[in-house]
Amino acid sequence: MRIGVVTFPGSLDDIDAARAVRYAGAEPVPLWHADHDLRGVDAVILPGGFSYGDYLRCGAIARFSPVMTELIPAARAGLPVLGICNGFQILCEAHLLPGALARNAGLRFIHADVRLTVVNARTPWTGALADGQHLVVPVKNGEGAFVADEATLDELERTGRVVVRYTDGAPNGSSRDIAGICNEDGNVFGLMPHPEHAVDPLTGPSADGLGFFTSVVAAFAGTGTAAGARL
Amino acid sequence: MSDKDTVEVAARTPEVQQPYKELGLTADEYQKIRDILRRRPTAAELALYSVMWSEHCSYKSSKVHLRNLAPTKDQARYLLAGIGANAGVVDIGQGYAVTFKIESHNHPSFVEPHQGAATGIGGIVRDILAMGARPVAVMDALRFGPADAHDTARVLPGVVSGISFYGNCLGLPNIGGELSFDPCYVGNPLVNALCVGLMKHDDLKSAVATGTGNKVVLFGSRTGPDGVGGASVLASATFGGAEPGSAGGEDGGRASKRPSVQVGDPFMEKLLVECCLELYAADLIEGIQDLGAAGVACATTELSAGGDGGMFVDMDAIPLRDPNLTPAEILMSESQERMMAVVRPEHVEAFMAICRKWDVEATVIGEVTADDTLTMTWRGGTVVKIPPRTAADGPVYQRPLARPGTQDALQANGPDGLARPADGAALRDTLLTLLGSPGLADKRWVTQQYDSLVRGNTVLAMPQDGGLIRVGEETGLGIALATDGNGRYCTLDPYQGTQLALAEAYRNVAMTGAVPVAVTNCLNFGSPEDPAVMWQLAEAVRGLGDGCKHLGIPVTGGNVSLYNQTGATAIHPTPVIGVLGVHDDVTKRLGAGFAVEGAEVVLLGRTEPEFGGSAWAEVAHQHLGGRPPAVDLDAERRLAALVVAAASAGVLASAHDLSDGGLAIALAEACLHGGRGCAVVLSGDPFTALFSESAGRALVSVAVGREREFAALCQEHDVPATVLGIASGDTLTAEGVFQVPVTELKQVWSGTLPAIFG
Repeated sequence: MRIGVVTFPGSLDDIDAARAVRYAGAEPVPLWHADHDLRGVDAVILPGGFSYGDYLRCGAIARFSPVMTELIPAARAGLPVLGICNGFQILCEAHLLPGALARNAGLRFIHADVRLTVVNARTPWTGALADGQHLVVPVKNGEGAFVADEATLDELERTGRVVVRYTDGAPNGSSRDIAGICNEDGNVFGLMPHPEHAVDPLTGPSADGLGFFTSVVAAFAGTGTAAGARL
Repeated sequence: MSDKDTVEVAARTPEVQQPYKELGLTADEYQKIRDILRRRPTAAELALYSVMWSEHCSYKSSKVHLRNLAPTKDQARYLLAGIGANAGVVDIGQGYAVTFKIESHNHPSFVEPHQGAATGIGGIVRDILAMGARPVAVMDALRFGPADAHDTARVLPGVVSGISFYGNCLGLPNIGGELSFDPCYVGNPLVNALCVGLMKHDDLKSAVATGTGNKVVLFGSRTGPDGVGGASVLASATFGGAEPGSAGGEDGGRASKRPSVQVGDPFMEKLLVECCLELYAADLIEGIQDLGAAGVACATTELSAGGDGGMFVDMDAIPLRDPNLTPAEILMSESQERMMAVVRPEHVEAFMAICRKWDVEATVIGEVTADDTLTMTWRGGTVVKIPPRTAADGPVYQRPLARPGTQDALQANGPDGLARPADGAALRDTLLTLLGSPGLADKRWVTQQYDSLVRGNTVLAMPQDGGLIRVGEETGLGIALATDGNGRYCTLDPYQGTQLALAEAYRNVAMTGAVPVAVTNCLNFGSPEDPAVMWQLAEAVRGLGDGCKHLGIPVTGGNVSLYNQTGATAIHPTPVIGVLGVHDDVTKRLGAGFAVEGAEVVLLGRTEPEFGGSAWAEVAHQHLGGRPPAVDLDAERRLAALVVAAASAGVLASAHDLSDGGLAIALAEACLHGGRGCAVVLSGDPFTALFSESAGRALVSVAVGREREFAALCQEHDVPATVLGIASGDTLTAEGVFQVPVTELKQVWSGTLPAIFG
C-alpha cells in the first residue's frame, strides 16, 4: 500500500507520519503542496505543523494549495485521508470535516500525554482498534479546542462520527471532550492528538498510535481499496 | 549628513562631529578607527565598526582569557572544527558529526521577553545551520528573579511563550535545560539557548568568501529597522538602576531600548533551514554565514576577512522592508531569518531556483574581489571602504582585575552556624520545603509549552538528567546533552563553581548512559569595567579550561555575555556549561526514575558535610556564604565510566545525579519520575546524608538479579557504593527518620509553579 504524506511549507511532523506509515508496513510517498499530483497513492496523511506559518488562521491558506485542489475531490470520492493536528485544522478549513479548532482554553500551547478512548472502531483508520479501547498518545497544540454548534455536535454523536475522545477530559477545552471526528463516509478522519508520535515506546509514550496506521493498511488489504470500508 | 556621507565627503570633512559615544565606542576606539582609515569614518563605517567592535561581537574584554580554553592535542581528538568557526564540530562516529553551541539573549529578553527569547532560538539555530548541519534539537537555560517577584510575572511567561512560539513552529524538539530563580537576576534575567545540529563529515561548511568574481547572495527575510544596534547599545551595555531618577529612568531604560530588540518569524526560519539544506545537498555554496548580531555588517566583514580577497557590496540591491533606512541602519539592522552565501556565478541560477521552491527571497548584492578591501556603494556614492580584517578583529583589552575585598568575609561566613532540622519531623518538613521551592519544584508549567517530540528521535527529554536524541534509526547511535550552572557556587568561588557546573553537566550526560565528549559554554557576567567582575570571569575561564583538560574533553565554542547587571550591582557570576555525549545504543538509555519494582537502590560516591551555597542554605535560611563543595574530577571520570559501562551491560534500572538539595531531592525525584516509592537506610548524621551537596555522586537502582555484577563493576571502577535499600511501594521511607507518601511528594512538587503563574 502506498500512503502519501503532504509537505506544506511549515509542515513539521511529516517525517514522523512517514515513519509511522513505514512501521505499519506501507510505503510512504512524499507529496508536495505545490504539485497538482497525488501520485496515485491509496491514502493521504496531512501531517502536523504550522502550514504557511498559521498565517491568517490555522489551515486557512493550506486549504487553497494545489495539492488540496486534487485531494478535496478525491476525499469526497472515498480516498482515505487522515489529518493530524494541523492536518485536522486543514480538513475543517477545506469543509471535508465540520467544525473548527479554536485557541486552547488557557491560551497556552500544551504538550502532554493523554488517554484517548476509541468511540468508533469501524472506520478505515480505526478498524484494527476496538470500541472502548484506551490509547496513550501525546497532544501538542496551541489551537486544539474543537468547536461546532450544538446541532452539529449532536449530529456527530448520533451518527457515530466522534471517533476518539479524551478519556480524562480535554486538555484544550474541546467540546464534549472530542479528540477526533470523521466525515459521513468515515474515510476522512481528523484528530488533534499525534498518533505518529506514539509508534515506539523508545521515542514516545507508547506504541498505541500505530493502530491507526495498521488499520488503514488492513482495510486496504481486506478490500483492495480502503475506500470500501464505510460506517 | 548620513544621507550622502561618502568616503570622499568624509575625507574632505575631518572636523565633522560623529556620535561614536552614542554608538557605544570609546574616544580611544574612535581615534583608532580614524588611524586605520587615515580619515574620519563615514556614518556607515562608524556604524559598522561600532557593532563589530562591541563587546558582544568582538569579545574584546574576554579574549585574553578565552585563550585558556584552546584544546590540547589530547582534547582535540574528535574535533573537526574548533573555536573561531560559528560553532565547533565533533566527530561522533559512523560518519556523523555534531555541532552545538549555547548563546545568550539576556538583554533582549528583559526588554521584550517574548520576542527576545524567540529570536534567541532563531539566532542559535542559524549559527548551527551555517556550519552545514541540520539543527535537530534545542535546550534553554533560564534564570529569573524570585518566582513571586512582580517583574518575574512579566518576564518568565513572556520568555517561555517566546521559546514555545518560535521553537515549536520551527519544528525543533526542546529536550531540556534549566529553570532557576535568584534575586540577583530580577533586573537582568538570563536566557541562554542551545542548539545541536547533525551532519555527515563531508557536509562541513565554512564562513569564507573566496574566489574572485564569486557572487554574494543575501537570502531570507528583508532587512528592516528592527534590532538596530542590538549588539552594541543593547547587548553590550548595562541597564540603569531601577530607582527613580537614575539614568535609565523608572524602567531601567527598557522602553527606550525596545527598538533594539529583533522580531522573529519562525515560519521563515523553517523555510530558510530547509532551503539551506537543499542548497548544501546540491553543492551550490562556496561559503556561508548567518546574519545575527550586527547583521549585514558582521556577515560581510567576517566572510571577507575569512577569505582571500575583498568584497564589493551594492547596498541598493539589498531588499528592504523600509525604503527610508540609511546605510548605517541597513548595516546595523538585526532583522531575523537572513543568511549570506558566496556562490559561483555558474551556480547562481540553480541557487535561485531552490530559493524560489521554498519561497525564500534571494538577491545577488555583490561579489568577491581581488583587493583586500570591503567596499559598499549606495545611491551612486561609496559609503564603506575598509580593510575588513580591521573590523572583524576588534580591539583586545587586558582589563584590570581584582579579587573583591569582600571575598574572604564571604567565604568565612559559612553555613555551620545555621539552625539544622533536629528530628525526623523537622527533616521531613525540610525535604518538603525544598521540594516545593520554585527552583526544585516541577517545571511542567514551563516544559509542557514545548514540543519535545517533533522529528521523532527524542529518547529522553525533561525532566530527565540529560536530553537524548537518536541519530541512527538502524544503529541506535545517539547524542546526549545537558546544561548546568550554579551562580551561588560561583559567587563563593568562581574557579571551583565553574568546575562544579562542568562536573554536573558531565555527570548528567553520563547518567543517560552516554560518554561525554565535548563542552560548550555561555559565560554570563556583569560589567567587564568592574575589576571584581573581571576577576570572576578570569577565574571561571581558568576553572573551565583546567577542568576540561582534566576530563580530557575539548571546549568547542561558546559565548560571552557581559554587562549583566542592574546599576552597579552585577548578577552572580553564572557560567552555564553544556556537555555533549555520545550514546552507542539509545535503547539502553537510563532514566532518572525508579522504573523497576524491587530494584536495589545504591548511592554512588562519597558524602561529606558540605552545605556552602546549598539549596538548603538558600531555601531554609536565605544564606549564601562559605565554600562550595569540593571538586574531584578524577572521581567524576570514574563515576561516569561506571554508569556508562553498567548501562551498556544492562545492569542498571535507573540513574540520577545528585546536585541541588542532595540525596533528599534525588530520592524524591526518583520516586516522582518512576511513580514508585522506596525504603532506604541512612548512615551517619541523617541531615548530612540527606541535604549535603557533595559532588561526584549519583543515585542508581539496579536491575533485579544483577546486584553482584554491579557491585563488581563499582569495585572495578573504584567508585564507593552504598546500598541504601529497595525501590518499592508508594511511600518514600527513610528508616527511623520519616515517611512521605509519593502522592504527598507529588502534591508539594507539582503545585508550586501553577500557583504562582496560573
